Amino acid sequence: MLAKVGLNSIEELFTSIPEDIRLRAPLNVPHALSELEMLARFEEIAGRNTAARRPSFLGAGAYAHYSPTVVDHLISRSEFFTAYTPYQPEISQGTLQAIFEFQTLCCQLTGMEVANASMYDGSTALAEAVMMSERITRRSRVVVSPAVHPEYLEVVQTYVQHAGIELVRAEFNEGTGQTDLTDDAILNDAAALVVQSPNFFGSIENLNRMADRAHQAGALFIVCVTESISFGLLRSPGACDADIVVAEGQSFGVPVSFGGPFVGLFATREKYARQMPGRLVGTAFDKEGRRGFVLTLATREQHIRREKATSNICTNQGLVALAATVYLTTMGRRGIEEVATQCAQKAAYAARRISALDGFSLPYSAPRFNEFVVCGPQAADGLLRRLAEERNITGGLALSRYFPDKPNDFLVCCTEMNTRAEIDNLVNGLSSLI
Amino acid sequence: MANVPEKLHYSKDHEWVRVEGETGTVGITDHAQHALGDVVYVELPKVGDKFEAHEAFGSVESVKAVSELFSPVSGVVTEVNESLQDEPEKVNTDPYGEAWMIRIRVGSAGEVDGLLSSAEYEDYLKAETE
Amino acid sequence: MKSHTPKATPHVTQNEALIFERSHPGRTGYSLPPLDVDETPLDELVPVEFRRDDGLEGLPEVSETDVVRHFTRISTWNYSVDLGMYPLGSCTMKYNSRLNEKVARIGGFANLHPLASDTDAQGALELLYELQEHLAEITGLPGVSLQPAAGAHGEMTGIMIVRHFLDARDGQAEKGAPRRDVMLIPDSAHGTNPASANLSGFKVKTVKSTPEGLTDLDVLRALCAEGDIAGLMLTNPNTLGLFERNIKEICGIIHDAGGLVYMDGANMNALVGVARPGDMGVDVIHLNLHKTFSTPHGGGGPGSGPCCCTKELEPFLPTPRVVKNGGGEGDTYKLDFDRPQTIGRVKAFHGNFGMAVRALSYILTHGRDGLREATEAAVLNARYIAEGLKDDYDKPFDSPPMHEVVFTDKRQARKGVHTLDIAKRLIDYGFHPMTIYFPLIVGGAMLIEPTESVGRAEIDQFIYAMKQIAREAQEDSDYVLNAPHTTRIGRLDEAAAARKPVLRWKPQEQASAA
Repeated sequence: MLAKVGLNSIEELFTSIPEDIRLRAPLNVPHALSELEMLARFEEIAGRNTAARRPSFLGAGAYAHYSPTVVDHLISRSEFFTAYTPYQPEISQGTLQAIFEFQTLCCQLTGMEVANASMYDGSTALAEAVMMSERITRRSRVVVSPAVHPEYLEVVQTYVQHAGIELVRAEFNEGTGQTDLTDDAILNDAAALVVQSPNFFGSIENLNRMADRAHQAGALFIVCVTESISFGLLRSPGACDADIVVAEGQSFGVPVSFGGPFVGLFATREKYARQMPGRLVGTAFDKEGRRGFVLTLATREQHIRREKATSNICTNQGLVALAATVYLTTMGRRGIEEVATQCAQKAAYAARRISALDGFSLPYSAPRFNEFVVCGPQAADGLLRRLAEERNITGGLALSRYFPDKPNDFLVCCTEMNTRAEIDNLVNGLSSLI
Repeated sequence: MANVPEKLHYSKDHEWVRVEGETGTVGITDHAQHALGDVVYVELPKVGDKFEAHEAFGSVESVKAVSELFSPVSGVVTEVNESLQDEPEKVNTDPYGEAWMIRIRVGSAGEVDGLLSSAEYEDYLKAETE
Repeated sequence: MKSHTPKATPHVTQNEALIFERSHPGRTGYSLPPLDVDETPLDELVPVEFRRDDGLEGLPEVSETDVVRHFTRISTWNYSVDLGMYPLGSCTMKYNSRLNEKVARIGGFANLHPLASDTDAQGALELLYELQEHLAEITGLPGVSLQPAAGAHGEMTGIMIVRHFLDARDGQAEKGAPRRDVMLIPDSAHGTNPASANLSGFKVKTVKSTPEGLTDLDVLRALCAEGDIAGLMLTNPNTLGLFERNIKEICGIIHDAGGLVYMDGANMNALVGVARPGDMGVDVIHLNLHKTFSTPHGGGGPGSGPCCCTKELEPFLPTPRVVKNGGGEGDTYKLDFDRPQTIGRVKAFHGNFGMAVRALSYILTHGRDGLREATEAAVLNARYIAEGLKDDYDKPFDSPPMHEVVFTDKRQARKGVHTLDIAKRLIDYGFHPMTIYFPLIVGGAMLIEPTESVGRAEIDQFIYAMKQIAREAQEDSDYVLNAPHTTRIGRLDEAAAARKPVLRWKPQEQASAA
């Protein structure tokens, strides 16, 4: 091949790179490992992730749910995972149809009219929603609930810091554990009100009431959901009059995988479709009248509108969106409801038992889904560390990670994966350690 | 060759304006619609919006391109062609008729004099393609 | 010439309905253990006003067999890297190793919760740290964050770092002080560049390319003389597949003007093991693990877009950082949140960890020699295609390409055959088309990137197919204009789709009522 292109040596391939910036020595990277060595090495590294082997009550934005075997099997088909963004519809109908199904499922779950092909994750989807509200209302103040996941709020802050958008925090009701909008003026001139439900502390928010408040002020109502299994039981944000709904879709059959890859859901009203970020798939027909699917409304996007695009996002979270689609299809109408109900039931059982222990209480009174805050008799991080070391249970998340003023509080999450025996062990462990 | 009706005034941005009394009707030229390809969406201003000459008043989109619309004259929008929302394809089929975009109360009568006549616009197109 | 046997064939799976259209009331495909805790009455669990009342109507009701058949059938309508050459320019569609898939699914990785304590997640932190170290070595840029989820996301991160660095250096973070706000971007750049610059509060000025396809130094100097230069966003090799041989001078001009140089690392597959952006004077870069480091594209994601920067810019990287603890016995790792100058967090948790596992596996299985060999093969393959097609297609730039080469439809357009038609006809020959109509500065561009994952036999087939299409364009242009002829569906009416967008399925009665 070299001869055919008129060269004598491999080095000559790189003559357009000036000599003084060409590497003279090999990279300081180890020599190649064989497959056998690689597997052994990674098994050993993975073995040091001790938390992965323990019964766990961690949630807070990443949830361990059961993923039916067919999910990983189907997304592992070469045709899906080794394809790229469906730029050529004639040979990408598999991906395109699956995205169209994903968009439909997102609309059904959120109760909204249109949904996009997905975002990186829930946190970045929320940031995009905030920026979209500014485009629609041409207002620059966004009111956020302090009970939105703290890492989501950090991401939103990063995104908007140069966009001329000011974030204003609403109050938090320490009794109910819900967002407090008693300050009448707070929504004046706001582009949007952002609320998470169930919120970071596990409380279900009164979305209907907050939607009214937002709309009275001419603001959009943005609802964020981190535990998407809750869609199976809770009233959809669309039914509560939300304007934009974003959610983390990891719960739909995607492993927690130390925080990624996940998948962001993004849905809104039809009239705002052209203001949406991200890819969209729509139906189209060929000359013979056969139905197919194409990427559509592309003029919103960066490759056409460049600096005036609705977002810099280039593609979607393809394969993870496919996993969510397969999961939702397999679980189906009944399965989603049953998983959601089991999660809520197990959390209710755990909450009841823990609150009966001496020294432990549940500080918030609002209804919950599958997460709840426990206030213990001593610093939560120490307690949870001893629970892990002595009882081999990850008992939840010490809230001091995000809220130094809540040293004794920890967040407990239950899913259908937590057996009664695990919950009982958690309860016994807590009572024995204090 | 693109259709360039007489009696209209043209801008170098490929918009036309027909002036009747104080009112100017504005659209894009046959040449422009041809260059864009199949028009899929037209974004127009609201009645009452005010524009300077050569200021962007909206945009027109094809499948893979978006172009801004520039007002050939200054003035206040008095009417907007709402039917283009549902039938943007009219821009391709009837750019000088059904696909008019906005009517504006023209700021000053002399402004159209600065625009191109049909003959001048045809020459301009020829020069552009050469 | 119509008698060629294409690889794509008609199929038993021609007409698979939408999953919603396959739904039968009452059918299920899942199983869960019975609830094992004392049941709370539903109204106590969640009051009725907070509960769904639509019974999740519309969600599919299907069996497991239905699910498997449905997705298997529609999967066969996709082209994929595993089927054959996928020469999408600037996308680096290389082979995705099965080993990488396997290791990412190891329980100790897949089941690790992102909020596990550092002590309980030492393996994951060590893995992230090791990948950071290798990427630093490969780019010559020591500060690395693995948090960005994709290329455009890494780009936004890099550009925000530029913003924060300049504000800190110039003492202009205070209100009212004038700020450098001009970001220079070549006209050949990917559309994400200006979009990301805009997100970070910069004004974009476009740098024209020379007739040779390189950055015009005179234009660059003139723009710098206008002042307020925050930086330059440069892709190298650029989107025409050409190495910016004046890169050091370019960096010098920008640095002298007080700005920083951001490099879009989309084309790193041409450089790994051969040259390092850090040695060229680049300040910050993003990488695409899904391009250069072989993590699968997955039909459009997930990606991963690490951001690598100089020591000087490191304090501005997103939080938390993965760092090694100093001293003590044995190495331990932790998340470092104490970064007062950080731009902030760009994503919840720690980036697309699963992609980091795969990328590290790619690096370790290739090793120092394998990484360079991959680069050599990628560049040689592109060079071979450049040579093989130059007599049949217009090649707008003379310089030898790196890992990708651009041609145009200029010769075929005389017969009314355009780039889109050539791309569609290529499908009939069993290949995924190249990137078309990009970069924008080349009319009718066809950007071809073979990657290292094809052998000579397949490249020869590709060249043959392209030559045939060139002939067909001359002799039977209608046949090309109506391509593809072998796919399940023909060209779709995208204009009609965009005029009246249908973005979701609805039940028949609702759809007809709407």
